[in-house]
Amino acid sequence: MDTIVLLSCTGLGLGALYFLIASGLSLIFGLMDVLNFAHGALLSIGAYATWWAGAEAGLSFWLAVPFGTLVGTAVAVLLELSLIRPLYSRPRDQILATVGVGLAVPALLMGVWGADARPFPQPAALAGTWRVLGATVPVNRFVLVAAAAVLLLALRLFLTRTRYGLIVRAGVEDRAMVTALGIDVRRAFTLVFAIGGAAAALGGALGGLYFGSVTPGQGTGLLVFGFVVVVMGGLGSVTGAAVASAGVGLVQQFANYYTGAGLGDLSVVVLLAVLLLVRPRGLTGRLA
Amino acid sequence: MTDSPPLLSVRDLRVVVNGLHILHGVDLDVAPAGVTALLGRNGAGKTTTVRAVMGLMPRTGSILFAETEISSLPTHLVVRRGIGYAPEDRGVFAGLTVAENLRLAERGGPGGEPDYALVHELFPELRKRAAQSAGTLSGGQQQMVAIARTLLNRNRLIIADEPTKGLAPKVVAEVADVLARAAEAVPVLLVEQNLALVRRLAGTCVVLADGRTAHQGDTAALLADEEAARRLLGVGTRRPVAETTASAVLPAPAAPVPAALVPAAPSAAPPSEAPSVSAVTAEVKP
Repeated sequence: MDTIVLLSCTGLGLGALYFLIASGLSLIFGLMDVLNFAHGALLSIGAYATWWAGAEAGLSFWLAVPFGTLVGTAVAVLLELSLIRPLYSRPRDQILATVGVGLAVPALLMGVWGADARPFPQPAALAGTWRVLGATVPVNRFVLVAAAAVLLLALRLFLTRTRYGLIVRAGVEDRAMVTALGIDVRRAFTLVFAIGGAAAALGGALGGLYFGSVTPGQGTGLLVFGFVVVVMGGLGSVTGAAVASAGVGLVQQFANYYTGAGLGDLSVVVLLAVLLLVRPRGLTGRLA
Repeated sequence: MTDSPPLLSVRDLRVVVNGLHILHGVDLDVAPAGVTALLGRNGAGKTTTVRAVMGLMPRTGSILFAETEISSLPTHLVVRRGIGYAPEDRGVFAGLTVAENLRLAERGGPGGEPDYALVHELFPELRKRAAQSAGTLSGGQQQMVAIARTLLNRNRLIIADEPTKGLAPKVVAEVADVLARAAEAVPVLLVEQNLALVRRLAGTCVVLADGRTAHQGDTAALLADEEAARRLLGVGTRRPVAETTASAVLPAPAAPVPAALVPAAPSAAPPSEAPSVSAVTAEVKP
């Protein structure tokens, strides 16, 4: 029993991490038709910025996380304005550009701070464990789940209650018609990139807690599962991404524990294939 | 009225998509009052023309709106100059509610408050269905949302692309009433296949053929001239096919005569008025 509880909590924690990266990917693809292969780089930047602020600059963890998130957001906005926007009418070049950034950023991080994992500063309050139904579960799992839940709630409020949320939902359906109502949809693009960058960078910061260290390739590794989650949840659907994240995290943990190590990752791909066969449009096929 | 300069003046409008020439020089004037009809056979380039004016297609040529060149403006700025656009496929956001569809169209700015009083007076149905998802509306109701979005702001021109396409005859009459009412306040550029409707609403018309302007002038005069109407509009051919931008190349004006005797499709003309189509084609000699 306690094994199952531990596996569930860890799986949900991992799923929360997937959601932090997938929610932005999903919104960006849904609204802009951009497959952002640089999204993992944003996560890595958030992770390293948080690590740097905490371990090198000596900030407390509670200041380092907002700092890392802010840096990731700023880089995302810069990326959208300087690289994505000039290439709107050239989707292939856009993909190549994001792939390039996705490769260059980890290489840059490796060049500056080395390829070795850097131990991530754990605040005392989050370093402990909680006893849940007889299992001993690290507190950071719950931190991740809480962060993902808050993000999901905030995104839903944003999408349903604000004018920009309305523009995003409409834009996912028909971008051209949004402009034909007199709306400059590019502002929504930048905003969505900022939101996605913030979520990914936060994922990087909290991922440091989960893994206990930061490595240059962390973001790229998580990005693969982020894409799996986005496809499973239905492109452009935030709630779908949340459900798929939890499912993928759980399946991966259980399969890795009860079968051979590495089979968990494989089982996720099998799950994706089965889902696409049964429901080609993903879990929802709808936004929000 | 005829002496004042046109509200919208298009000269030598050309559209090339993927190396395919779709428009080869369209000239078009929209009168500063009333309805101007944009006519032509399926594939003549009507929808492409209005999409190009809206900046939804890459275009060259001159587009003067209220004596300002707008041909290099992006779509949202064209709209913000005061053009309301109801596209051919209605462009209603299916996943949004009726109220959200309308709210999205609110432009604010110097135009003032959105005119919900007018919209709810013309379309009481939309108020009742405000919370309903627009994707579950009937075609006619969706068309009402599309037209309502153009009436919400104080536009200087409304462009409606085949607003009666695929609607039941009763709904066609309703849409026509609304357009007539709207045109009292705002000039309308109307793309329309339903000639009875055109005759009722439009004072002037522009006819396109093969991506060029083939005729411009008084609507009544054109529809009264059987020979010209047949040559320009191919009336009676009535293919129930949607105009597609890719199929711009149709054979030169030569109406297939036997098809001309087929009565108009019931969905395309109000039953009350005898469709002018049959009036013209009845005398076509084989």
